[in-house]
Amino acid sequence: MSGGIVPAFIPPPLPSDDKRWKIVAGTMRKNGFARHALIETLHTVQSSFGYLDDDAIRFVARSLRVPLSQAYGVVTFYHFFSLKPPGKHTMTICTGTACYIKGTDKLLAAAEKRLGIPQGQTTRDGKISLMTARCVGACGRAPVILTDGELQGQMTGEPMIEQLERWAVE
Amino acid sequence: MNIEELEQIKESVRLQNAKFDHEINVCMGTGCLSQHSDQLKDALGKAVETGGKNALVRRTGCMGLCAAGPLVLIDPEETLYSHMKAEHAEKIVSSLGGEPVKELQCDLREHFDQQVHVVLENSGHIDPEKIDDYIARDGYLALVTAVTEMEPKDIINEITESGLRGRGGGGYPTGLKWGTVAKAGGDIKYVICNGDEGDPGAFMDRSVLESDPQRVLEGMAIAAYAVGASKGYIYVRAEYPLAVSRLTACLRDARRRGLLGSNICNTPFNFDVEIRLGAGAFVCGEETALIASIEGRRGTPKPRPPYPAVSGLWGKPTLINNVETFANIAPIIRKGAKWFAGMGSARSKGTKVFALTGKIKNTGLVEVPMGISLRQIIEGIGGGVPDGHKFKAVQTGGPSGGCIPEELLDLNISYDALIGVGSMMGSGGMIVMDDTSCMVNVARFFVEFCMTESCGKCIPCRAGTAQMYTLLTRICTGHGTMDDLHLLVELCGTIKETSLCGLGQTAPNPVLSTLRYFKHEYIDHIVHKRCPAGVCNMEAQKAAEVPEEVLA
Repeated sequence: MSGGIVPAFIPPPLPSDDKRWKIVAGTMRKNGFARHALIETLHTVQSSFGYLDDDAIRFVARSLRVPLSQAYGVVTFYHFFSLKPPGKHTMTICTGTACYIKGTDKLLAAAEKRLGIPQGQTTRDGKISLMTARCVGACGRAPVILTDGELQGQMTGEPMIEQLERWAVE
Repeated sequence: MNIEELEQIKESVRLQNAKFDHEINVCMGTGCLSQHSDQLKDALGKAVETGGKNALVRRTGCMGLCAAGPLVLIDPEETLYSHMKAEHAEKIVSSLGGEPVKELQCDLREHFDQQVHVVLENSGHIDPEKIDDYIARDGYLALVTAVTEMEPKDIINEITESGLRGRGGGGYPTGLKWGTVAKAGGDIKYVICNGDEGDPGAFMDRSVLESDPQRVLEGMAIAAYAVGASKGYIYVRAEYPLAVSRLTACLRDARRRGLLGSNICNTPFNFDVEIRLGAGAFVCGEETALIASIEGRRGTPKPRPPYPAVSGLWGKPTLINNVETFANIAPIIRKGAKWFAGMGSARSKGTKVFALTGKIKNTGLVEVPMGISLRQIIEGIGGGVPDGHKFKAVQTGGPSGGCIPEELLDLNISYDALIGVGSMMGSGGMIVMDDTSCMVNVARFFVEFCMTESCGKCIPCRAGTAQMYTLLTRICTGHGTMDDLHLLVELCGTIKETSLCGLGQTAPNPVLSTLRYFKHEYIDHIVHKRCPAGVCNMEAQKAAEVPEEVLA
């Protein structure tokens, strides 16, 4: 390493010609391919593709010169990142304290029963994912659920199940 | 930018607004937006046009009373309407200049009159994405004054004299922290704003970031000038998309106005801010874990010292303050330390924003002077427990805090008083529980939270919270013994004393505080196998235990 010219870093080629990779590469370029852009980049991957698969993690790790173990460690450490593709629709039930006091445990149980899956899973037909959130900060409207990211406050069992039924027959 | 230019902007906004007879402020915070206040705003705009009224319809941030949303405030009459729908728009608009629409009006004087708004002074009055609206309410006056007329050490003195303490939970004196960073050597220093409001049941930071983001940026810039930093990061939860988009817009506007960037106010002072998104880890609210997260690593805490003030982000001296702390800076510089120190109690100055939620009539955000009693907040401002239920406890400080029973409701709120009763200020979540809540179950809920959020770096927290959870589950399902209870208490002590960071050290608090005030509920679960609140389902558990042969 002594004295020689350090070759300029050339990031690896995009995994495919899917346009979404260009958005991902854009985030990395904006941050000068710095290692600390790992979480930012993973956010971009997740928002573009919906989840993080092995190829995506490999590509990001190689592009940012971060050990694969570290990238995988980060992905699994933060709850926001998902390694599985989400269903067509996602119902997220907030289980923060205010929502819990107002009975979201019952909402969650009802949704689990209706879908026949535990929280964190997607129905076998890939239609609906059931997730929980640790407080979305809308405690004033508790209990709160998110239907495809849209916040619905002061929720009760009936409209929630109706929503699930609508998605199920789509 | 200089003070004259600020005055010019202020005057032009005033003239602009003076053209209208009425201002219709529509709350477009997350709470009200979820009830389509955007459509309401459009409908109001149309109604103003067709009704031929001379009124300005303005998007604003949170007005506080989220449970009664969407909210509309008519100025200058100060008429507040709640539970608004788009179809009410015409009725409201045609009433302008005459009698307000009584049946839609919301008269909550007792809710608003006892509040003192410092941090929330602009919330609900300005369009959060219009920097001129902020400037018109004396925004950036503090920054321009600080940079052009004050020495960094004078600013730190002012903050120290104000008695401001960190609003993120710990309550560390802000001036002292700034002083340490200012004294630290090195050319490169950082300012970080902690907006990782992971505490479930708290939404003050979200609301401030959505309603008045410029105020936080101004506070950060003043801090940067005082400690000698030129780069800032604002770490926001990814769960707050609206806050992120408003911040992004505000950063752009502030740069355009020359209030961020190079040579601010034609001085050598440079400062810019970048947004960093959290990714859903409660432990990242701990400052060393947050720094690790900004560096792109797993958010695990480090032992302190060295404190971030000496060695923080990328090993450089770093100032970390919470959103609400930064939101207090501009008013202190503008109105002086004496004014700020005139509010509050002996060792806790100023005001505090609380997120009042749970079993309470007026759910939402309230800002009160320190030293006010819990009873005034819950029974006065909050309107008490609804539906004829009886108040049981109020939980403050989130998973690190404790439950305070009715006999202590006359406690005057301060950092020290709350610690004295086994809870803590925390970031300001205040969750009211009535007789339908089981305190053992609540303790189990918080322990489960800490168990899943433990980063796993140190054993007391990683294994200890899991063991606490198992013991509490045994008690909640009717399998607990008095030995379990003793073991639980012992375990609490060990976790408290040996955990690495605040998450673990405070994880036993919900258990200890419920044991302190509601031990009879634990005894009921263990000895009498019954849950007084009827929450824990012990019968089902008993039936499931019966061997199948017997059932068949």
